[in-house]
Amino acid sequence: MALLEISGLRLVFPTPDGGDAVALDGIDLALDRGRTLGLVGESGCGKSMTALAVMRLVPPPGRITAGRILFDGRDLLALPEREMRALRGARIGMVFQEPTTALNPVLTVGSQVAEAVVLHRPVSKREAWERATALLAEVGIPDPARRARDYPHQLSGGMRQRVVIAMAIACGPQLLVADEPTTALDVTIQAEILDLLRALRERHGMAMVLISHDLGVVAEQADEVAIMYAGRIVERAAVVALFARPRHPYTQALLRSMPMLGRHRERLETIPGQVPSLTARLPGCAFRDRCAVAEEACGLRPPALVEVTPAHWVACIRA
Amino acid sequence: MSTAVPLVEVRDLVKHFPLGGGLFGRAAAAVRAVDGVSFTIRAGETLGLVGESGCGKSTLGRLVLRLVEPTAGDVRFGGRSLLGLAAGELRALRRRMQIVFQDPYGSLNPRMRVAGIVGEGLAIHRLGTRAQRAARVRELLHLVGLPAEAAERYPHEFSGGQRQRIGIARALAVEPSFIVADEAVSALDVSIQAQILNLLRDLQGRLGLTLLFISHDLRVVEHLSDRVAIMYLGRIVEIGPRERVYADPRHPYTRALLSAVPVVDPGARHERTILPGELPSPLAPPPGCPFHPRCRYAEPACRQVQPVLQQGRSGRAVACHVFPADDAPGGTGPPAVQR
Repeated sequence: MALLEISGLRLVFPTPDGGDAVALDGIDLALDRGRTLGLVGESGCGKSMTALAVMRLVPPPGRITAGRILFDGRDLLALPEREMRALRGARIGMVFQEPTTALNPVLTVGSQVAEAVVLHRPVSKREAWERATALLAEVGIPDPARRARDYPHQLSGGMRQRVVIAMAIACGPQLLVADEPTTALDVTIQAEILDLLRALRERHGMAMVLISHDLGVVAEQADEVAIMYAGRIVERAAVVALFARPRHPYTQALLRSMPMLGRHRERLETIPGQVPSLTARLPGCAFRDRCAVAEEACGLRPPALVEVTPAHWVACIRA
Repeated sequence: MSTAVPLVEVRDLVKHFPLGGGLFGRAAAAVRAVDGVSFTIRAGETLGLVGESGCGKSTLGRLVLRLVEPTAGDVRFGGRSLLGLAAGELRALRRRMQIVFQDPYGSLNPRMRVAGIVGEGLAIHRLGTRAQRAARVRELLHLVGLPAEAAERYPHEFSGGQRQRIGIARALAVEPSFIVADEAVSALDVSIQAQILNLLRDLQGRLGLTLLFISHDLRVVEHLSDRVAIMYLGRIVEIGPRERVYADPRHPYTRALLSAVPVVDPGARHERTILPGELPSPLAPPPGCPFHPRCRYAEPACRQVQPVLQQGRSGRAVACHVFPADDAPGGTGPPAVQR
């Protein structure tokens, strides 16, 4: 049984004219224990909303109108809030893009990590503090006993993100949801944080949903990749297959439009037009107005995600 | 490549930001944002300037345009020093030097129509009649790939990529020969970023622009630049032709930076150079080579003597005692970056 299984997830936001803007339109995903799923797409494609839905933290007035999210066999959407709160932070850890806003500026980092422990474990204050120091050491903060007494502003961005990661793994979660965990960081710091996340996953057998706009980051970290466009998954495959043989025209175009190190080209291929807004999505395939191989039939209905070769799903009638 | 006088010439540029020492304003210390930088850019060339947060690259970009006053050093534009110029002369010269900012949301006045934003430089420099200026705005919008109707709309009606086009049209309005682009594509989605990068390259070819392209993204810099400069803690540690710097980086910091870039090639695990420690404070940079506390190749000399940029044979210069810019094949360098 998969650790996380999302099926038919639909998330809508009410529009001023009384209609619904569809943020997620039938998301199907599965993630096995200890594996990493990379979720890739451009602004507004729904990748962060998918993560928030898993944690049941969708911002109002957004609401889930259909679908199921099974975590370790339990339907998260059916859980009472109290049970969901017990799960969130304990068995599902979270790391967000901006470590500065994820931390409380007026509390020491040690007390914030200790609090993450106390929330879910029956331990004394002293034990929690000791555990916090051990966690700070585990995420590679030098001199953790002293650093635990620092306030967030006394740490660099990279060190702050390490603190956030320490909080996320405090209770030994089975799943870590990381939404652009290195986007705000410099490239050398990004490499260190990604190495740390990998080491922690291997040591604790954690699964991870890694959300990123950077195909390079995902290629290096993920076992499987799902590409999202306009609230849908357009392609899903094992990481090697996806990068070696991308099948969806959007995935192909995305890869060709990225500058890649050591492969200097005079021109990048571009995708004409722009990412559609939530309220201006086309009927049929949402990508067809930017797609080089679109045909009339693409406008009829949204293409289903079909397994075109074993374990490689594509939502395109041309694939 | 021409050997004529470079369009932009920066010599020993220094910018220290004093920290106020309380009520009576005695400066106790100074942030050494830019600490002795020299380089040149030839006409029609793109120099990429790379570095991590706090290395001083944005300050350097502003110094080159004299948008901030340097503490010491000189900037020459077309052979003339910008620093000796009177206000009027500087304003006249500003027509030829423009800047494109990172944030397409914060850098456009929300209460002005696009026509006003793009045409403002023309009005300030009193170029043409009102009708001529309006025609020029239409022409510029067309040049950057926006419809003519865009002129009558406000910035909030546009997407991030379109706003960046407006920012570029504004910079181009006064027909500059030199543009500083400071993280001009960093806030954009991949597909839009590619559009803007191609636009910059097209415009450069068509208008003969000279570009100082500042970015933290080594992939984007490789794509656009003819030459590349790597900055660390207020100094340039390596500068040279793009192919040389990317294919055969010499300075240990350049190597660490390049090894950290994620590559789209799953399965190909490459060795990363992890830098120990953190970026030192620009308030008190380390003595000797500013990179030595994090450098695994550091020798005793590196702790005492600050290395200067030394020119190698193929137009590359490196500031390193251990790995000087010896571009001879088979020269002694650090082990090759594994990819």
